[in-house]
Amino acid sequence: MMQDAAKQPIVLDIRAMRVAVRTDAGDGPVLVDEVSLELRRGEVIGLIGESGAGKSTIGLASMGYTRRNCFIVGGQIVFAGTDLRAIDAEGRRALRGLKLAYIAQSAAASFNPAMTLMDQVCEAPVRHKVMTRAEAEAAAVQLFRELDLPNPETIGSRYPHQVSGGQLQRVMAAMAMVGKPEVIVFDEPTTALDVTTQVECLAAFRKLIHVHGAAALYITHDLAVVAQIADRIMVLRHGKMVEFGEARQILQEPREDYTRRLVRERTEGHTFIDAKSAGAVPILAVENVVADYVGKPRVIDDVSLEIFRGDTLAVVGESGSGKSTLARVVTGLLPRAAGDVRFNGMSLPPRLSNRTRDQLRRIQMIYQMPDVALNPQQTLLDVIGRPVSFYFKRSRKEVRERVLELLRHMDLPEHFIDRKTSELSGGQKQRVSIARALAAEPDLIICDEVTSALDQLVGEEILRLLKRLQDELGVAYMFITHDLGAVKRVANKVVVMLRGQMVASGGTASVFAPPYHPYTELLLSSVPEMRPDWLDEVLARRRAKAAA
Amino acid sequence: MRIQGHKLSVTAQIGFVVIALNLVMAIFAPLIAPYDQTTVLGDAWSDPDAQHWLGLDNLGRDILSRLIYGARMSIGLALVITALSFCIGIITGFAAAVTGGWVDQALSRLVDLLLSMPTLIFAFVILSVLGSGLPVLIVTIAVLDSTKVFRLARSVAVGIVSLEFVEAARLRGEGWWWIITREILPNAIPPLTAEFGLRFCFTFLFIAALSFLGLGVQPPAADWGSMVKDYREMINFGSAAPLYPAAAIAILTIGVNFVVDWMLSIHSRGQGEGA
Repeated sequence: MMQDAAKQPIVLDIRAMRVAVRTDAGDGPVLVDEVSLELRRGEVIGLIGESGAGKSTIGLASMGYTRRNCFIVGGQIVFAGTDLRAIDAEGRRALRGLKLAYIAQSAAASFNPAMTLMDQVCEAPVRHKVMTRAEAEAAAVQLFRELDLPNPETIGSRYPHQVSGGQLQRVMAAMAMVGKPEVIVFDEPTTALDVTTQVECLAAFRKLIHVHGAAALYITHDLAVVAQIADRIMVLRHGKMVEFGEARQILQEPREDYTRRLVRERTEGHTFIDAKSAGAVPILAVENVVADYVGKPRVIDDVSLEIFRGDTLAVVGESGSGKSTLARVVTGLLPRAAGDVRFNGMSLPPRLSNRTRDQLRRIQMIYQMPDVALNPQQTLLDVIGRPVSFYFKRSRKEVRERVLELLRHMDLPEHFIDRKTSELSGGQKQRVSIARALAAEPDLIICDEVTSALDQLVGEEILRLLKRLQDELGVAYMFITHDLGAVKRVANKVVVMLRGQMVASGGTASVFAPPYHPYTELLLSSVPEMRPDWLDEVLARRRAKAAA
Repeated sequence: MRIQGHKLSVTAQIGFVVIALNLVMAIFAPLIAPYDQTTVLGDAWSDPDAQHWLGLDNLGRDILSRLIYGARMSIGLALVITALSFCIGIITGFAAAVTGGWVDQALSRLVDLLLSMPTLIFAFVILSVLGSGLPVLIVTIAVLDSTKVFRLARSVAVGIVSLEFVEAARLRGEGWWWIITREILPNAIPPLTAEFGLRFCFTFLFIAALSFLGLGVQPPAADWGSMVKDYREMINFGSAAPLYPAAAIAILTIGVNFVVDWMLSIHSRGQGEGA
């Protein structure tokens, strides 16, 4: 990182920028309000905040671009001496992709699946006529090598679906860098990746910025990630700047209350717990279950686990490890190929359609994406009331009363009952999902990544709510997650999955204590910590291990 | 002017006015039309005068009155047929998407079979065999048209079925009727509404074509397609008579298309730049 930052020239100067929504229907909310920053050559500024804080809007606006119906309504964006607002769209387009580069969250959605990686990496400099195709290809191969991509000479001839998510994200970084940009905007580039992949990408990005001396805006919601890469950090909330300072100061001595809360949420010491299970017969017993999709290799292979009343069993693993498939087998959406699933001692029919209404009632599910887990056209009364009338045959008046009771339980205002679910925020929607599950009075709730689509502080509240409900109602949870922080907070038992197989299981404290299974250790060591030196330490330790 | 917060484009405004005028004409035909549509009032092909603004037709009937009554027949018929084809297409399309498996396969292949035959020829055969009474006409065109609705409804529903709120309903144990009517239909309304306008146009033109060929609406009832057929010879004698019903067909089709274009544009507006 940079030592003599103040001596470097300023490449991007944003002064009192305002971005607001304007539609046919009139003026909308102000998304970014009077934000200023000076970005010097070789410097990385981290933009941090929850969703709706305006981070991405600032990132795009710094390239003179806004989303549909959004407009830059005030301030200046001076890049290399030119105010981007003063030049025309053609002039901005000439800078974008070449001098100003952007790396998006989802590389998979940003690549054209029908073109090779090399074609897409070389497109911008060749189109802008600053390089010949041969020069661009040479530069790209050099970048692939710097980014530690496998087979840098030949990977360019592959198509996007032929490389992994982490590799694609790095190819996108190469695409951004090939035009030798002066400013790169990283917009949550590692958020969609698994923790173990995230470490590799972070290291590659940092190296790239360092080697090329480019300046960068790094947008993320994860303080621990930004701690590894940024020289300065700007904390944003509701489009306004909350705090702006040196990375170490923000992380170690935050001045503002909001920053302190963000830091505390990330550093708070949770220890893994190992509580005792209650009851003699497990609510759910999965015995040697095998499952696959037609014509595909086994997705889960010989998995066994037991959940007792009041238990929270975490199923941990990366994407593709089969944890969501396990949930589909338990619910009957995917009939198991072998093994047994017993519920309160009784074997459950493999197929959803063969299960009784009472069996269905006792297992409920909460989903990852609250936006698609609730029908946007239904009111809260429809959503939460349906299980009540469906399973318990109550009258309309009784249903309404029960829904109001559940809303109170979820700390949601009672007058929400007649609102449509599409009018709620993400956290509120997730509470409605929980209420819908509880309305069936289940014995077991399967929580599939319930906090990963939510902001940190909101996710924290949801976890607390789930814990409280468990204490009050004794319901058991099967908690599918890739977030070890959430495991620490809620789970007393854990199953670690890798490529469809269980690699470790037992009480949380004993699984996450030495001697570890090597994969468990990799997972644990990949969770970013707030110390700015963490990434260096992890990389040094891995190098030492590889050498040995 | 705006509808549900969306500004109406100029063409959409024109479209809405055209549709409104046509609907008023169709609904209140007996009140608006100066004469009955079948009464013979004078010599064939009398020139327009103060009593008969557009003149008299081949049998001496008032052309303006027939045009107004024709709106009622042409538009009413197209509406009924489109509505029926949507009922058939939506229910079968949604059912195919929800149940999947062999039901989906069977329905989809049947639709492929129907779509592989040219619609006009197919309608000819059916109408020639069963006769061209109104009920036969309605059911034949509706069934043929429902294949296109099926395709759209199925693809829209397949997208919705994959969302988790539908999975939640299935896990609850809901039957497929609930899933179709409560979970899918409310979310499929916007794309289906635009399609309704488009299909209405095609149906309307299709009926006009059948009538022109003599297989659609039968005399003495007036309908724009058969009016073009009855008057077409007069174009050789410098009379504008066949142009009136032809223009009516064209104007309504364009008007509906204006509105459909606007509807589609508000559902799929691309990203814009606003610096």
